[in-house]
Amino acid sequence: MSTLIKHEILGEMLNSTGKGFEQARAEGKEAFESQGFPTNKSEEYKFTAISKKLEQSIQNFGAAESFEVTAEDVKNNLFEGFTGDVLVFTNGHFQSSLSSEIAGIEVALLSEKSDTPVGSIAKPAKDPFCALNQAVFTDGIFISVPKKAVVEKPILLLNFNKAVNGQVIQPRVWIEAGDFAEVTFINHTVNLSDVTYFSNKVVEVKGGVNSQIRFYKLQNEGKNVIEANNTETDIHKDGRFTSVTISLSGELVRNNLSLNIIGSNSEGNMYGLYLLNSKSHVDNHTNVDHTVPHAESNELYKGILADQSRGVFNGKIFVRQDAQKTNAFQQNNNILLSEDAVVNTKPQLEIWADDVKCSHGCTTGQMDEEALFYLQARGIAKDQAKGLLLYAFAGEVLEHIRDESFREYCTNLVQDRLGSKF
Amino acid sequence: MSKDNQILEELTSKEYEHGWSVNYEADEAPVGLTEETIRWISAKKEEPQWLLDWRLKAFKTWQAMSEPKWANVHYPKIDLQSLKYYSAPKLANKPKNLDEVDPELLDIYKRLGINLNEQKRLQGIAVDAVLDSVSVATTFKGTLSKLGIVFCSFSEAVKEHPELVKKYLGSVVPMTDNYYAALNAAVFSDGSFCYIPKGVRCPMELSTYFRINAANTGQFERTLIVAEDESYVSYLEGCTAPQRDENQLHAAVVEIYAGAHAEVKYSTVQNWFPGSKEGVGGIYNFVTKRGICAGDFSKISWTQVETGSAVTWKYPSCILKGDNSIGEFYSVAVTNNYQQADTGTKMIHIGKNTKSRIVSKGISAGKSQNSYRGQVQVMKRATNARNFSQCDSLLMGDRCGAHTFPYIDINNPTAKVEHEATTSKIGEDQLFYCNQRGIATEDAVALIVNGYAKEVLNQLPMEFAVEAQKLLALTLEGSVG
Repeated sequence: MSTLIKHEILGEMLNSTGKGFEQARAEGKEAFESQGFPTNKSEEYKFTAISKKLEQSIQNFGAAESFEVTAEDVKNNLFEGFTGDVLVFTNGHFQSSLSSEIAGIEVALLSEKSDTPVGSIAKPAKDPFCALNQAVFTDGIFISVPKKAVVEKPILLLNFNKAVNGQVIQPRVWIEAGDFAEVTFINHTVNLSDVTYFSNKVVEVKGGVNSQIRFYKLQNEGKNVIEANNTETDIHKDGRFTSVTISLSGELVRNNLSLNIIGSNSEGNMYGLYLLNSKSHVDNHTNVDHTVPHAESNELYKGILADQSRGVFNGKIFVRQDAQKTNAFQQNNNILLSEDAVVNTKPQLEIWADDVKCSHGCTTGQMDEEALFYLQARGIAKDQAKGLLLYAFAGEVLEHIRDESFREYCTNLVQDRLGSKF
Repeated sequence: MSKDNQILEELTSKEYEHGWSVNYEADEAPVGLTEETIRWISAKKEEPQWLLDWRLKAFKTWQAMSEPKWANVHYPKIDLQSLKYYSAPKLANKPKNLDEVDPELLDIYKRLGINLNEQKRLQGIAVDAVLDSVSVATTFKGTLSKLGIVFCSFSEAVKEHPELVKKYLGSVVPMTDNYYAALNAAVFSDGSFCYIPKGVRCPMELSTYFRINAANTGQFERTLIVAEDESYVSYLEGCTAPQRDENQLHAAVVEIYAGAHAEVKYSTVQNWFPGSKEGVGGIYNFVTKRGICAGDFSKISWTQVETGSAVTWKYPSCILKGDNSIGEFYSVAVTNNYQQADTGTKMIHIGKNTKSRIVSKGISAGKSQNSYRGQVQVMKRATNARNFSQCDSLLMGDRCGAHTFPYIDINNPTAKVEHEATTSKIGEDQLFYCNQRGIATEDAVALIVNGYAKEVLNQLPMEFAVEAQKLLALTLEGSVG
């Protein structure tokens, strides 16, 4: 690994300051300095030249300040029919006055919870951007769901981003759920900025025994966002974690999603859809680490790529020696719609246990000509038929969203895109 | 269970069959690698100036390169300066035909089960036998030359067909390709050369047998196969080595050129010494194999059965340049004890309507690590490219590992690429089913493993298929409980 920070200008990001967590920050800084900014020589960032992009597009590497939004703004950006609670952030700073009080759930600034073991789940040594965030994160949010609490309505993390002249947004989220707790989060970001900015977010989720956590994420911030996203969770005994990531735009988006299965009889699910046009570039790296026996993981990522967009998928499944009786499934399907779209996919299985059932499948192709013909034969115009088939393709991921209002919202976005653009 | 363990014990403790070595007088290069060594080898082989220049250029390139670290294998650093780069059995005169070949050398091949004398009489396979660094005998030369086919040792080809060698050498695997290919280009000692003229269908299987005999030597052979338009050839390669405590390096290069409508089928049964049960010794097999489908409608098919070597690092690849060309890769890689294999293929689709098929079957037992690493790349102008990849892994025992690293890079929307991989062990229900029908567990395992590998074994020419099946049985029967 490189011991140099190759892109020195980018190193300015290290100069921003945050409050508290001296030791964690020092560790983050050390981990970052030993890794440096990734280049295309790095296996993990081979197809995603994020450092280069940052150097080209960002002028100001200082931390973005919080700004004011009104209750009206919040209201306007809720999904139709959404009934859950909302936590509002501006440039990654928590806005308690605009956020709902959620009964029975503790919500605090990370700086008020100085004993939170940040970096214990999303380890800084794994990824340079995760390390960078740990070194300089501005502040973050601490959400704790108590034991046996079943939160029926989803909690929306609504982020407003408006960076002046570039700037960097580096928030951190710590979620913990007690034993037998059940909770759903939706992460949605509204971009108010007209210049390119960099968002480097880390979400750590600590699940309890037999807890059920769902984490949905919608990425549709438009053209001028460069984003690095690290989400990592520990799944304990009988626990279940489900992630759905819908990426619809972004100049360059990198998602690292890691599931550490450390308790048996547990389940990890990862679903993703990347529906891209123009020059969007979305890179999904997922990692499931089975360390204990009798656990299951499912993964389905689908991509539709138009124009000059690029989709990168890398799915790793590790099955350690002790993880006998593991079932791990992974699937990645891509449809390319244009001459200039590119897909790079690398499903990776690493298995040290013998009594397991693991498989991965990966396809890249076009729409089924016969299905298209079938629809046309029944009087559906070709364009419409295409849209229908593509929507059916994408629908397999969307149906894993449980919350109706959010699913409807995503479905509309997807249908709009498929109907009008393609 | 205990019975199975017993069988496993018996089989895994079985000595490496080809572990003997013969003491013959050999002509060896001094230890170490410098420009002088290369000049020495070149002079020894009475090579023309252009080839020496080519070697020296490769050496310079190699010096600037560093050892690749990305493969999923671990081994102590190889001290390339402590190796001997050339070892040749001493021959008074170059034999003109088999009768003149030293009987001791023929005996070596007889012990390997390749009776060169018999070959002479029986119609069948033409063999080029390479011992350590040089080719010792080539059979059936006469028959082949009538058809215009050139099949001889590399050094002979340099002397007799310099224009062909000059044209194709390094055209598929350039010297700058990778660390070991550059090293090979600098120090390669001998190998086979095969040229099939336009429109000729080679009437017999061509075969090379490689054998490392001397201690402390690296073997660096180079194979070049040129199939002109509308020709066909099936080529076999086999390898063995004596059992020694130190690791030996084998860094070969194979280049295949296929013209329009030509078809080349390349089969390997690799059975280098895998090291002892404790993981001592064994061959480091770092090989670069690549073929180019240069013309339209050409086809290259790689089939490999990898059972030997302590560390294998090998990716037979196809560059599908011609329109409608086809690349195939069939592989069975078996690792046992402390063996490590990182093997797979690259299919690079450049031409229109190109097709490729990858079937890789990994079997790991003992404490071995078996990796599949492959790439399917569809270039922008490769309209209607089609690929199907399947890589299955079978795990036997809970101390081994199976890994897959497939890279799929698509730049054309009309491409259809499918990849699937599974990992499993032999199902208890499958064994139970066989047991129920009176098939003993060990036979059932053999049956299932053979069935598992059948898709690949079927691709091998008959003579090799038998050997490969025996090898599989030897390494694996009964290793599942």
